[in-house]
Amino acid sequence: MIRFLLLFSRQGKLRLQKWFTPLTDREKKKVIRDMTMLVLPRPPRSSNFVQWRDLKIVYKRYASLYFCAGLEQHDNELLALEVLHRYVELLDKYFGNVCELDIIFNFEKAYFILDEFLMGGEILETSKLAVGATMEEADTLQETMEEYMSKPAY
Amino acid sequence: MLQRFVNTSNAMSPSVPLQEMIRAIRSARTQCEERGVIQRECAAIRAQFRQADNGGRSHNLAKLLYVHMLGYPAHFGQMECVRMIASPRYSEKRVGYLGAMMLLDEKQDASLLITNSIKNDLSHSNQYVQSLALCTLACMGSAEMCRDLAPEIDRLLRASNSYIKKKAALCAVHIVRKVHDLGELFAPAARSLLAEKNHGVLHGAVVLITELCERNPETLERFRKTVPDLVQIMKGLVISGYSPEHDVAGISDPFLQVRILRLLRILGRNNEAASDAMNDLLAQVATNTDSTKTVGNAVLYETVLTVLDIKSESGLRVLAVNILGRFLLNNDRNIRYIAMTSLQRIVGTDHNAVQRHRGTIVDCLKDQDASVKRRALELSLALVSATNIRSMMKELLLFLSSCPLELRAQAASGIFNAAERYAPSQRWHIDTILHVLTTAGGDVRDETVPNLIQLITNTSELHCYTVHKLYRALLSDISQQSLVQVACWCIGEYGDLLLRGECQETEPVQVTEDDVLDALETVLQSHMSAPATRGFALTATMKLSTRITDNVDRIRSIVSIYGSCIDVELQQRAVEYNALFKKYDHMRAAVLERMPVIEKNSPGHTNGESTREAVKEVQPAKVKQAETLLPQQPASQVCDLLDLLGGSEEPLQPNPAVGSTLPVLPVSTSSTAGGDLLDLLGGLEPTPLTPAPTVTVYEKGGVTLTLSSEKQSDSGLTVTLTACNSTDSDISSFTLQAAVPKSVQLHMKAPSGDSLPARGAAKVTQMVALSNPNKVNLKMRIRISYTSQGSAFQDTVQVDSFPEH
Repeated sequence: MIRFLLLFSRQGKLRLQKWFTPLTDREKKKVIRDMTMLVLPRPPRSSNFVQWRDLKIVYKRYASLYFCAGLEQHDNELLALEVLHRYVELLDKYFGNVCELDIIFNFEKAYFILDEFLMGGEILETSKLAVGATMEEADTLQETMEEYMSKPAY
Repeated sequence: MLQRFVNTSNAMSPSVPLQEMIRAIRSARTQCEERGVIQRECAAIRAQFRQADNGGRSHNLAKLLYVHMLGYPAHFGQMECVRMIASPRYSEKRVGYLGAMMLLDEKQDASLLITNSIKNDLSHSNQYVQSLALCTLACMGSAEMCRDLAPEIDRLLRASNSYIKKKAALCAVHIVRKVHDLGELFAPAARSLLAEKNHGVLHGAVVLITELCERNPETLERFRKTVPDLVQIMKGLVISGYSPEHDVAGISDPFLQVRILRLLRILGRNNEAASDAMNDLLAQVATNTDSTKTVGNAVLYETVLTVLDIKSESGLRVLAVNILGRFLLNNDRNIRYIAMTSLQRIVGTDHNAVQRHRGTIVDCLKDQDASVKRRALELSLALVSATNIRSMMKELLLFLSSCPLELRAQAASGIFNAAERYAPSQRWHIDTILHVLTTAGGDVRDETVPNLIQLITNTSELHCYTVHKLYRALLSDISQQSLVQVACWCIGEYGDLLLRGECQETEPVQVTEDDVLDALETVLQSHMSAPATRGFALTATMKLSTRITDNVDRIRSIVSIYGSCIDVELQQRAVEYNALFKKYDHMRAAVLERMPVIEKNSPGHTNGESTREAVKEVQPAKVKQAETLLPQQPASQVCDLLDLLGGSEEPLQPNPAVGSTLPVLPVSTSSTAGGDLLDLLGGLEPTPLTPAPTVTVYEKGGVTLTLSSEKQSDSGLTVTLTACNSTDSDISSFTLQAAVPKSVQLHMKAPSGDSLPARGAAKVTQMVALSNPNKVNLKMRIRISYTSQGSAFQDTVQVDSFPEH
């Protein structure tokens, strides 16, 4: 299973954190620090896999964001690269040419999309279209209810 | 309405208050400013939370979650999450559940409060609400919550739409991970889910079954029956049906394929029948999958792992290893990396197959990427064998000189292990170790020094060669401590070979005694030398006093200078060596003579370690004895000593036995070592030190024979005979024979030698053990025979009384 998924910028600022195992706040901070220190200094043409403690770290840089996942020993690293790529594609589809600012200003949407794609550290939906469709419906539901209540969502 | 829908379906309805706050935080120019903004916002949020139901609750929580992501404390929002989850409004539930996943985990007490809400929402009429509950449960559900809600999840697994089923499946996976026993509950539902067409549900089912089988061997047995079904599903994905929504670069649903392959691996392991059933499929996937893109290689990778783990046909295995071989040649670093990881796993079982790719693996040592290098190193070390040791070692040594720092220690110790196991010759072994010490001396383990010294001692024919090489190395660089320590030790031991100026194996150096002493002194004085290293150098200098002829005075002065050194260890040694010069000069030769061959200890128990233990035990007791020169020397220790010189079994017992300190490195210095050293002297030379009285029993023709005895037990007596030659010519073939009365048992130990150099330069000692159980009057007849100036001599003497100790 995937233990965690982190998105951070080139300056090490955290944009998204999803934890699939229970950790204390302190432990989470330590992991985040370790990941940024592990991944950011790596030269551009390195391999995308690093061994860290007992986990395999798979990371990929997309524009100014690093997508970083921690896997267990029996997980397939090459497939993890595909998972990261699929998530970026989903974000791109949803936001239309996604960039880091989209994820900053609409972070809760990024989480909702992630929760339609991964669950409990495993892949939930393998279809490219299903996630987008679900998001649309859920957003509509939200708006409809707000429309009904005649108050803005947030 | 429709207009609104069109707009919102782009999902760009901005959350104005939230986005305003984000903008405000981002425009803060300093950390301090940012903190100020955040404090203000948090205060506002807290105030809002305290108010009763207001319209903007969700936007407040969203703001708080953003602040939390920046790393600021947000625990005061936990109760708000609980309240939001219980709200009937979907928007509030959505943010509330998100907040729960971010702020609450199973360790927080508040998490239990949402159990009821989750339970209710699991049966909600709207699937998106159900989905929120399922997602949250799978993310942070504690064991109690899982136990509580498991039946509900099982219900959802059976009777709902695909959207909920797939989520329920992964929720069940989480439950099983938290509460292993509940696996039994989900097994039947999992089985039936395999018949579904929806990929999401199938994927979830496969993951659930995998989890169940990994946890429970009985469940595994039962699920073996599903192998044909799984094979069928895979075939469907691989051969037929192009599904655009699942297609990734020509591969149909690679995520599902990989999970099925993994499940097949678990089911086929250790089971012939299951492995047979999947054989064809695996061969098909292995040959037909397009390997130009990462996604194809991901599937191939999983296939290879499965083939190698189950009981596959040999043909299929070869195919799998060849795929890995192809991966090794791939331009993509990631592919090379995982190829080596996989080869590492099978290097034990399919060694020959992996050996075929040794060339490529060794090439990867030169790769730029650190991860690839690490894998290549591990794999290369695993591939070293007796046949390829020379060529492999060349590559490994080359790697060592340019490898990144974090890999050096691993490389060095790997090289040592390989050298030890497969060294084609002693000289090669020594050369290799020296090479490692010169390139990476700082990164080797501590035991390397004693191990190397032991190796050198044991290779007596190469002493000359070794000392020459080490001397040269010492001249060029004295910063690598391990190397310098070994070099000093060798120069001390074999300095005479160095000075002789001839060597068969290598170009000899022409050095004078002063040159050698200069080198050692440089080490002694250098600020780069560690204290232990200086100890080595000082002892080596001292040892040279018996191996050189002209510059003994220089050594004397060095030793006396260090008698007032600040470093206590060095001072201790210097003072003792000084004493050796002054009072025990006649023993110096014997004390400093060549070390005997060190016996190899059992693994994990090096000479150095045992001595340290011995010395530590002895330390408190013997500290006072530092300077005492008249120790009580039980004869047993003397016996041990002579046994040692006779080359018998190693006496490295963890007692303060004198014998144990001598053949071991002077690294473990302490006052006791010095004390023991002098104890040793006391034991070696019964006169004039020991209190045991000696009697001259024979004096004729320049040959003197003295006798001393020591009572061992009620009926046991040890007699020590010492011979000395005061004539001007050397005596050779000196032997003693002894006879005693009938009831007395006699055992003559080996003599220390059979030549008596002229003018009393050295003595010969021989011990005789007597046992007199009947307590008769003890008499001994001794026959002395020797050769002097070409003629043989023989004489007899009778000893009637023994000096009692």
